[in-house]
Amino acid sequence: MFATEFEYQRATSVSEAIQLLSNNPGAKILAGGHSLLPMMKLRLTSIPMLIDIGGINELRGISVENNILRIGALTTHAEIAESYDVKDNAGILWETAYGIGDPQVRNRGTIGGNISHADPASDLPTVLKVMDAKFTIQGTGGLMRGGSRVVSADDFFIGPFETDLGENEILTAIEMPVLMANQHAEYAKMAHPATSFAVVGAGVVLTVEDDVCTAARVAVGGFTPVPTRGLTVEQALIGKVLNEENIASATILIHGDLGSDVFGDVFASAEYRQAMAAIELKHAIFHATGLAHHN
Amino acid sequence: MNIQLTVNGKAQEKEVDARLLLVHFLRDDLGLTGTKIGCDTSQCGACVVSMDGKTIKSCTCLAVQANGSDITTIEGVAPDGVLDPVQEAFWDNHGLQCGYCTAGMIITTVELLKKNPNPSDDEVREGLKGNICRCTGYQNIVKSVQAAAKVNRS
Ligand SMILES: Cc1cc2nc3c(=O)[nH]c(=O)nc-3n(C[C@H](O)[C@H](O)[C@H](O)COP(=O)(O)OP(=O)(O)OC[C@H]3O[C@@H](n4cnc5c(N)ncnc54)[C@H](O)[C@@H]3O)c2cc1C
Ligand code: FES
Ligand code: FES
Repeated sequence: MFATEFEYQRATSVSEAIQLLSNNPGAKILAGGHSLLPMMKLRLTSIPMLIDIGGINELRGISVENNILRIGALTTHAEIAESYDVKDNAGILWETAYGIGDPQVRNRGTIGGNISHADPASDLPTVLKVMDAKFTIQGTGGLMRGGSRVVSADDFFIGPFETDLGENEILTAIEMPVLMANQHAEYAKMAHPATSFAVVGAGVVLTVEDDVCTAARVAVGGFTPVPTRGLTVEQALIGKVLNEENIASATILIHGDLGSDVFGDVFASAEYRQAMAAIELKHAIFHATGLAHHN
Repeated sequence: MNIQLTVNGKAQEKEVDARLLLVHFLRDDLGLTGTKIGCDTSQCGACVVSMDGKTIKSCTCLAVQANGSDITTIEGVAPDGVLDPVQEAFWDNHGLQCGYCTAGMIITTVELLKKNPNPSDDEVREGLKGNICRCTGYQNIVKSVQAAAKVNRS
């Protein structure tokens, strides 16, 4: 299958890519191409110009400094899944990256492309939300700090395939606080058997002191317009001992957090996914806290 | 657009359309028809080739994105006619029936064994997750990969 004809430009720096974006209305960034190219081939979209950022090395790489894990937007899922810096500091992201698609999808797909695309079925938006990640966005200027601004994962995702990114902006890096010894994080998903996309995904980051949960970030995704924070679940967990009973009574509250905007399809109805959200959340907490091993 | 790349050890330079897929470049422009097109939607793995040592689905990569890279297709796995241990193992263990998935299976297996020379059966299945076979039921493919792993280790 062929996409409709388009112009192709290779950008060699972030500023050149932004220049090309602003000079060519309708132009789009091409990263790993694993969301964009399938859509263009199926003619779900037609784009006049692709600006390939694949050769911009300043957008790659993983580092840890001052308890912040920083990942360049062009870093592939495979690079994340093979990084000890990620494994040791954000195990939840490390495992999630390994569960994306298959080896070939992970070799090409990038973290920046995944979140910029904001497919509701993606895994990373949910995980980055519970990790309280911040995204660095570069634009043509005017804004603070030489054209760059920082948006939190909580504010970045606006709707299905819709983010806070402006027409002429590029996502350059993802940063998140490293997990501390008293923090337990896990992502559990019911994966679509053909693609591994999330039918239902649930992420948790729990802070536990003397067996009591003192802070919690919980979100579910895969079947909601954007990953949905389980704010009432979080409130119900905080101050409690994380035993089976307390986890079960807290996770069931996710139904109230979800609201009515939930998706279903021929594979799994909205009702079913809603019911599975509480279950996946429970799995995530069981695994995060080590309770899973006792069952 | 002008592209320059290495395919199976040979330098290539061509003018291509921006929308030309790498798989069509390999098959139609270079005549390397060992690489197959199955689903054309990045799910089946019939089109898998190695790019700079990493397996990719060539139906989901533009030829222009491969500029400057080093590609190995199934034709490049046994350049001097002596089969690679992975190819031998698929042959010996009946790891193929119609053969349509085989080029992709072999390219993926070569990368898998490079990363993990002693995989469990589960790790083999996980590593071949992006490669679909409609004939064998996978049993003999896993057997073939394990046989190749054993030969490579010895
Ligand atoms: C078979 C298959 C299975 C998959 N399974 C999963 C899965 O299990 N879980 C999952 O989460 N994902 C899955 N994916 C999606 C995969 O993770 C994609 O790689 C990802 O969604 C897009 O990343 P990309 O680098 O390929 O982006 P591209 O396709 O190149 O770009 C996607 C969009 O983001 C924009 N963009 C890209 N980078 C930037 C940037 N730096 N700044 C601004 N805009 C940018 C592009 O303009 C485009 O609109 C799967 C994909 C396939 C084909
Ligand atoms: S033809 Fe490329 S994955 Fe099926
Ligand atoms: S041998 Fe026929 S598809 Fe695998």
